[in-house]
Amino acid sequence: MTERSGLLDGDHSEAILAALRSAREQKSAVYIRAGGSKQHIIGRDCAATELDVSAHRGIVDYQPQELVIAARAGTPLSEIVTALAAENQCLPFEPPLFGGKATLGGTLACNLSGPGRPWRGSIRDMVLGVQMINGKCEQLNFGGKVMKNVAGYDVSRLQAGALGTLGVLTEISLKILPRPQKTLTLRYAMPADEAIETMNRCAGKPKPLSGAFWQDETLYLRLSGAASAVDSTALQWGGDTVENDEALWQELREQALPFFAGDEPLWRFSVQSSARLVADFGPMLIDWGGAQRWVRGDHARDQLNSAALDAGGHVSLFRGGDRESELQPPLNTAAQRLQQQLKKSFDPDGIVNPGRLYSWL
Amino acid sequence: MNTAAPSLADSNVEELRRQLRACLAPDCIIEDSESQRPYECDALTLYRDLPLAVVLPENVEQVQQVLQICHSLSVPVVARGAGTGLCAGAMPHPDGVLLSLSKLDRILDIDPLARTARVQPGVSNLSISEAVACHGLYYAPDPSSQIACSIGGNVSENSGGVHCLKYGLTVHNILALKVLTVAGEELTIGSQGLDSPGYDLMALFTGSEGLLGIVTEVTVRLLPAPEIARVVMAGFDSIDAAGDAVGAVIAAGIIPAGLEMMDRLAIQAAEDFAHAGYPREAAAILLCEMDGTHEEVDQHVDEVAQLFEQMGATSIAVSHDEAHRELLWKGRKCAFPAVGRIAPDYYCMDGTIPRGQVTYVLNEIHRLSEHYGLPVANVFHAGDGNLHPLILYDASDPLQIRRVEAFGSEILELSVRVGGCITGEHGVGVEKLGKMPSQFSAAELGQFEDIKYAFDPALNLNPGKGIPILKRCQEYRALPVRHQHD
Repeated sequence: MTERSGLLDGDHSEAILAALRSAREQKSAVYIRAGGSKQHIIGRDCAATELDVSAHRGIVDYQPQELVIAARAGTPLSEIVTALAAENQCLPFEPPLFGGKATLGGTLACNLSGPGRPWRGSIRDMVLGVQMINGKCEQLNFGGKVMKNVAGYDVSRLQAGALGTLGVLTEISLKILPRPQKTLTLRYAMPADEAIETMNRCAGKPKPLSGAFWQDETLYLRLSGAASAVDSTALQWGGDTVENDEALWQELREQALPFFAGDEPLWRFSVQSSARLVADFGPMLIDWGGAQRWVRGDHARDQLNSAALDAGGHVSLFRGGDRESELQPPLNTAAQRLQQQLKKSFDPDGIVNPGRLYSWL
Repeated sequence: MNTAAPSLADSNVEELRRQLRACLAPDCIIEDSESQRPYECDALTLYRDLPLAVVLPENVEQVQQVLQICHSLSVPVVARGAGTGLCAGAMPHPDGVLLSLSKLDRILDIDPLARTARVQPGVSNLSISEAVACHGLYYAPDPSSQIACSIGGNVSENSGGVHCLKYGLTVHNILALKVLTVAGEELTIGSQGLDSPGYDLMALFTGSEGLLGIVTEVTVRLLPAPEIARVVMAGFDSIDAAGDAVGAVIAAGIIPAGLEMMDRLAIQAAEDFAHAGYPREAAAILLCEMDGTHEEVDQHVDEVAQLFEQMGATSIAVSHDEAHRELLWKGRKCAFPAVGRIAPDYYCMDGTIPRGQVTYVLNEIHRLSEHYGLPVANVFHAGDGNLHPLILYDASDPLQIRRVEAFGSEILELSVRVGGCITGEHGVGVEKLGKMPSQFSAAELGQFEDIKYAFDPALNLNPGKGIPILKRCQEYRALPVRHQHD
């Protein structure tokens, strides 16, 4: 168990509960905010009264040999990453830290994972349990701190990507992994279509691939694992070794590469890794071995949607653009109805993050 | 659980049968109780019942029609895959239809480049790996019933296996589902990408025990088959020493593909059965498998063997070829039938505990074993804390049945008390329904109940299983008596 001393650390769940109760009584809604790093990205603008949960922070349990960490939802990720590094462990889903502002709760609510996601899983894959307060102002505890748990519905994982619309997350436990012994990045000059095929072919080999992204006519493949396996694979695969590669993957993860600069709308395609994206939406950055692709600019929503559907996935407006419009693709009637019924089962009065995910949710 | 379940009015039963006969071929409906016997239970044979009808639709359209018929007549539907489940999740409802998906057994598409396969729910777990082996790929989750169990059943139970610590459960290895709602509406959830818009219904459906919808198609993720796998087997003279050795492997930064523990009774039964070369005198053995590239596996096998030696192993064997590896695993894989040979019956429990609690929990189980006068063999997925105590008993003795149930119940409560859960991979079904309140508060159970209502307001999908329906008992009484649970 690692302890972190800090004046801000503390259990503020009672205060959060009181705030929610008061909102419910007054028939008003709240917008949940901790670090504020994702207030203007991913979700729609939410006009409700801000509920600041950033004080509810601190690691509550860390047992390296159990490969489990539990922390209050307002805990900055950077604090968790530091604690894990001291034990030579890491968050396998490589979330963006957004200058130290990103918190554990926000990262789960947004289901944000970095370049290693296709190989080592997302935060959704790693979450073992959550404590939360739903819109009915009930304090709930699902899952736990063990690797396997199939009692009841998987409400913990359901929080991933829900953008806080089912309740306020208060504590989260995660599976963690050892840091790889060695990491090395190879670089190849090639066009996008060849890069997509190469990424997928390499991912089909039993080699320690842990990242694959493409930009500016260059494919980058990252190898992580036992030093012996990384070195022998690098020898077989050839390519140029990238110096100071950690900085490159960090810039990719933090959206700090030049591709992400500026205010132009940023669209995220989540598609089949091997799909060809035929329509041209200008310069593209391809990550997650082909499964996550970014484009910039003002594009017709219908065209984007149809290209994403053809590629077996969907597209959303990650940053910029009109954030009062729908940012996620439309769902069919049956799916939309189920989403609404699910929302109601947690938050019948619509008091948490109304409209953050969809206008109708 | 369906104690207050008087029969449907005879006229309704006739109407149900008439409509089913209209949409299914005669050999796809089983109505007489003798022919229904094979469907009366799943692999947990303590719980049995017979349905109004067993139906075996041959295509998705027929599944949809069956659901529409049952929906219009408000008849319970219990889905069944291969019937290998261990929690009575597929036990028929006496007033319902048992919907077998075993005839939907086609592999629809394999995409080697994207590393996915689209399969029908009745396809067996192992046959997916066999079908994609020519591409150097496989489907990772491997429950011990993998020869027989169906992928649809795996989704419904979120099945695991011996490789979960490294490769995850079913929920980590599937991308998309086609499902039919209770009313027979088609729904696609998930996508060919790694996430999808809106709430993560993949997470909710996986492990939902057939309570939210009927799975008609599964898109699974495939992984490259490792270049090599090798196993290190080590004997220890105490459970404590073996438990510490497990912690040492994790602390060394190694994630084994599989890490299994067996205690003395399990070792001896398995050794007598499989002649795997296990040390019969050991108090516990560990089987630690590493897979990956040749270089990495060699490196980790050396490290693990050294670690086990430092941690006081009394014997160590490292697999020297594939045949030897399979032999070392054979004892573990045959542990259940091997234990089955030394007693008339066994009852398999499924609690998960924090790994650090293993010594305490196993000692407690031994104490309870003496208290109840029933021997226990312990088989443990030590890597992920999933414990399978096998309680030996004689099902022909009603007294022993009561004792084995009480003993099992105490083990589950023990698991919750040390920070674990009542089921790691077998599911709740009928069996553990009464144990849900030891793990969840009334508000948490109420939330589960509300989720169920969101998908199945009339509670017709697998009623009486998975989650206790408590909170709305008052409202319930307004519904037909058939819907009451507990």
